[in-house]
Amino acid sequence: MSNETNGKSGYLVEVEDLKQHFPIRTGFTKTTLLKAVDGVSFKIRPGETLGLVGESGCGKTTVGRTLLRLYEPTDGRIFFEGNEVTKSNMREYRKEMQMVFQDPYSSLDPRMTVEDIIGEPLDVHKLYSTKSERRDKILGLMSLVGLNAEHATRYVHEFSGGQRQRIGIARALAVDPKFIVCDEPVSALDVSIQAQVVNMFEDLQKQLGVAYLFIAHDLLIVHHISDKIAVMYLGRMVEMADADELMDNPMHPYTQSLLSAVPIPDPETARKQKRIILEGDVPSPLNMPSGCAFRTRCRYATERCSAECPPFTDRGNGHMVACWEK
Amino acid sequence: MTETNTMPKKKALSLQVDLSKFEKATDEEKRQQDVMSKSTTFFRDGMRKLMKNPLAVASIIVLVLIIGTITVAPAVVPYGYQDIIKVDGKRDKTAKNLEPFKYSKKEMKYMEKTGEKLFPHIMGTDSMCRDYFIRVVYGTRISLTVGLFASILVLIIGVLYGSISGYAGGIVDLIMMRIVDIIYSLPDMLIIILLSVVLNERLSATQNPVIKSLGTNMVSIFIVFGLLYWVGMARLVRGEILKIKSNEYILAARAIGAPSGKIIRSHIIPNCLSVIIITTALQIPSAIFTESFLSFVGMGVKAPMPSLGSLANAAREGLQSYPMQLVFPAVTIILIVLAFNLLGDGLRDAFDPKLRR
Repeated sequence: MSNETNGKSGYLVEVEDLKQHFPIRTGFTKTTLLKAVDGVSFKIRPGETLGLVGESGCGKTTVGRTLLRLYEPTDGRIFFEGNEVTKSNMREYRKEMQMVFQDPYSSLDPRMTVEDIIGEPLDVHKLYSTKSERRDKILGLMSLVGLNAEHATRYVHEFSGGQRQRIGIARALAVDPKFIVCDEPVSALDVSIQAQVVNMFEDLQKQLGVAYLFIAHDLLIVHHISDKIAVMYLGRMVEMADADELMDNPMHPYTQSLLSAVPIPDPETARKQKRIILEGDVPSPLNMPSGCAFRTRCRYATERCSAECPPFTDRGNGHMVACWEK
Repeated sequence: MTETNTMPKKKALSLQVDLSKFEKATDEEKRQQDVMSKSTTFFRDGMRKLMKNPLAVASIIVLVLIIGTITVAPAVVPYGYQDIIKVDGKRDKTAKNLEPFKYSKKEMKYMEKTGEKLFPHIMGTDSMCRDYFIRVVYGTRISLTVGLFASILVLIIGVLYGSISGYAGGIVDLIMMRIVDIIYSLPDMLIIILLSVVLNERLSATQNPVIKSLGTNMVSIFIVFGLLYWVGMARLVRGEILKIKSNEYILAARAIGAPSGKIIRSHIIPNCLSVIIITTALQIPSAIFTESFLSFVGMGVKAPMPSLGSLANAAREGLQSYPMQLVFPAVTIILIVLAFNLLGDGLRDAFDPKLRR
């Protein structure tokens, strides 16, 4: 698809054929590869949001973590501003790429005060010269995410889930990154708080111009915040398009069934809407079906689907789909 | 910033709070607010919480009193732990099994004759005409020393072993933990008794003055603690580190780019500190118990050196007539063990933020 010469292509983050396989012990001596991510490619422009959806265990989180090299990828390449990110030069990119974690309860050290948590990235990258400069920066970040200055000396157990997530966001913003992986940042929060946090993500994007990879399983939230949406199923991408295009015109049968499961607030429309109910369970990622991974639950599956894996092709206007039948 | 420092006036029918009754905070007042919310270190914060716990404070006081007594008493009390009481330079055979604060016939005669006051026998005397108080003091010294040193030994070996196993993971962890399992399955009392028999022979041949004064049994107790008792600590520390390692804040620190040294220092160690502190605090009474038990069955310190266990054992013979001789060492053991246990609980409550209300 692309190569090293795309340095001026205008993309902030490019991921090419990312693969992450974990060896899992399945027997006394036998190990099987768990293909958590199996060939995922996408590009994100500066200040843009790519939403990544899919059901539990489809590899969304692994994509985010491998992207930041918290896991060493099995295969594939990652480019940041056109330069390849490798194991050896990852440290300098830690200032550019950050992460907000899913669980606001376990992602903050209970032994540290809020000040020290937000200050940790500043300490690690030595982004201040005096103690007072450090404190000013921390207080600035706290007001940016809507925390009061007197919260600085408190421990995290004194905060609610939404406030904790704000602390996590402030920590990610401390190094002034250009790209943030948001790993289901709102799924652990109350619905009312979700809206606040999502709106804050949008405001921060407008203010600071950061790009997001927004991982979630709530399609409505993803639609609200994303410019583009990618759908994953069992470690592979099945569809990617502009947010509105994907919502209005889903092509892949998996996306169609996902969208039909979104609750509609209007009962009239909801009655007319036909739900597509998938049969069977998600196959075990240790024992993936041949060809298209979705074929065991697909209404349109043919013999071709089991023989060959469908390519991820453009169906016009950047609407990418991996399906033989659609 | 507005020019006027006054608040808007309340409308006659408005249900809102009358803002004109309020004043805007001045800059000075704002600064005071800043100073008041001064940050406290983790340690200071924990100590403050510990001092609020009445049980913990009481046990600290008891421990300080006991430790103070055993350091000061030998210098104040004019009796030795292994000497028969002497009156006027002569051995006093009548000072046998005295009640607390009673004097023997010879002592009373001596005091009448000279008019000077002899130091009282606070806990009476034992069947060998020795002052019982000073014997209990020395016994407590021995028991506490054994408890402290054994716990430090366990702490060092257990924490090192456990943390290496926890960090390394994989095959190293597997092998190290199987060794722990094997040691766990050994009957510790049997090993202590066997070891002290073997070591007794070996060590009595040496002329090392330190070993001689301690007694070979004491040395073998230390060796056994070093060999066997660290496994519990090692397991706990390993488990704790595995638990901490799986937390997302470790992943977050790695995403920030923190080097492993910093992650260990600022995340892993502080988070398993409470487990280490409480286990050490609870290890001390358990070591004191073991030592007392061994001394009670006659495998502990060498006579005439007393320990709380051997004192209790000696008191067993005259239990019907002189029950106080059993009560004193037993109460001392109870006080020490209870104080350490309560202190350990208090420390855990104070230093574990998850348990705080």
